[in-house]
Amino acid sequence: MSADTSDADQWYDAAAGPVVRPYAMTRGRTSHAADAKIDLIALVMCRPDADGDTVLDDDHSLSPEHLDIIDICRRQATSVAELAADLDLPVGVVRVLVCDLLVAAHVYIHKPVAPAELPDESILRDVINGLRAL
Amino acid sequence: MAIARSDRRPVPPAAEPVALKLLVAGGFGVGKTTLVGTVSEIRPLRTEETLSELGRPVDDIHGVEAKRTTTVAMDFGRITLREDLVLYLFGTPGQDRFWFLWDELAQGALGAVVLADTRRLADCFAAVDYFERRGIPFAVAVNCFDGVQLHDPESVRDALDLDPGVPVVLCDARERDSAKDVLITVVEHAARVAAELRRTPART
Repeated sequence: MSADTSDADQWYDAAAGPVVRPYAMTRGRTSHAADAKIDLIALVMCRPDADGDTVLDDDHSLSPEHLDIIDICRRQATSVAELAADLDLPVGVVRVLVCDLLVAAHVYIHKPVAPAELPDESILRDVINGLRAL
Repeated sequence: MAIARSDRRPVPPAAEPVALKLLVAGGFGVGKTTLVGTVSEIRPLRTEETLSELGRPVDDIHGVEAKRTTTVAMDFGRITLREDLVLYLFGTPGQDRFWFLWDELAQGALGAVVLADTRRLADCFAAVDYFERRGIPFAVAVNCFDGVQLHDPESVRDALDLDPGVPVVLCDARERDSAKDVLITVVEHAARVAAELRRTPART
């Protein structure tokens, strides 16, 4: 089953909810060659010069969802989990979309540092102080 | 093997924030979402997982439509502590059968809160086991519901058979200061555990 994005758009009705199953956006892919299960809190960032319109001019394979990700990440570094919440997509779909953008060098990701590899404990001190100040 | 400081990755530029993750676990209805919502804005997260029907042969040849996908919902929140320091809180899925998702959540977690309800203490046994097995620093927070007699944290510690170093605290998941204290307790515990590991000579 393949869903042509433009056909799906004309049936899309906000009240009815998406007609196209999320994995149709990824053309049926559930994983990506470059995907080593991107962490939920990996931060996705845009190249500073990226802009939805200019990127689309250069790369016509990008879907509206790909462009949404670029627009969100242009404003600030955003985690995979937040992208899934913002776009109301399952996490698996967002991972595939982000991988597409990574491979095409439209975004880059900042992987979280494992706690055991934090350079020192001052960061944890900062977290505690930051929580106290909330 | 000791790694010299100069061999470590360069410190990321100030523009790239440090993101850390805490888990909030506990039985169904114990107050995980409440706790996360008290200190941050709740966002819903969903994953789609394919489940094969129990008892049915796995090599079903009828294709995608024979498999069932299920959506698992979890809640998470983001606390921006500083421009370059972000803390994410992830509530674990309520249903036990979604255990396999815990590994994805727990990967790289700084620590965890196990919320306990003294009326159903056994509900948090599995979470305690899970974090102990994976060496994830955790604290137990006894959620105090209206009208429930407050329990002595030490009796909760005994009931859960916790290691002496595991913090057990009382909390009210609805109160901001109480929720903050729980998170601070977890991070302080994680810092102690990390310091202990640093003191222990590395084995080769």
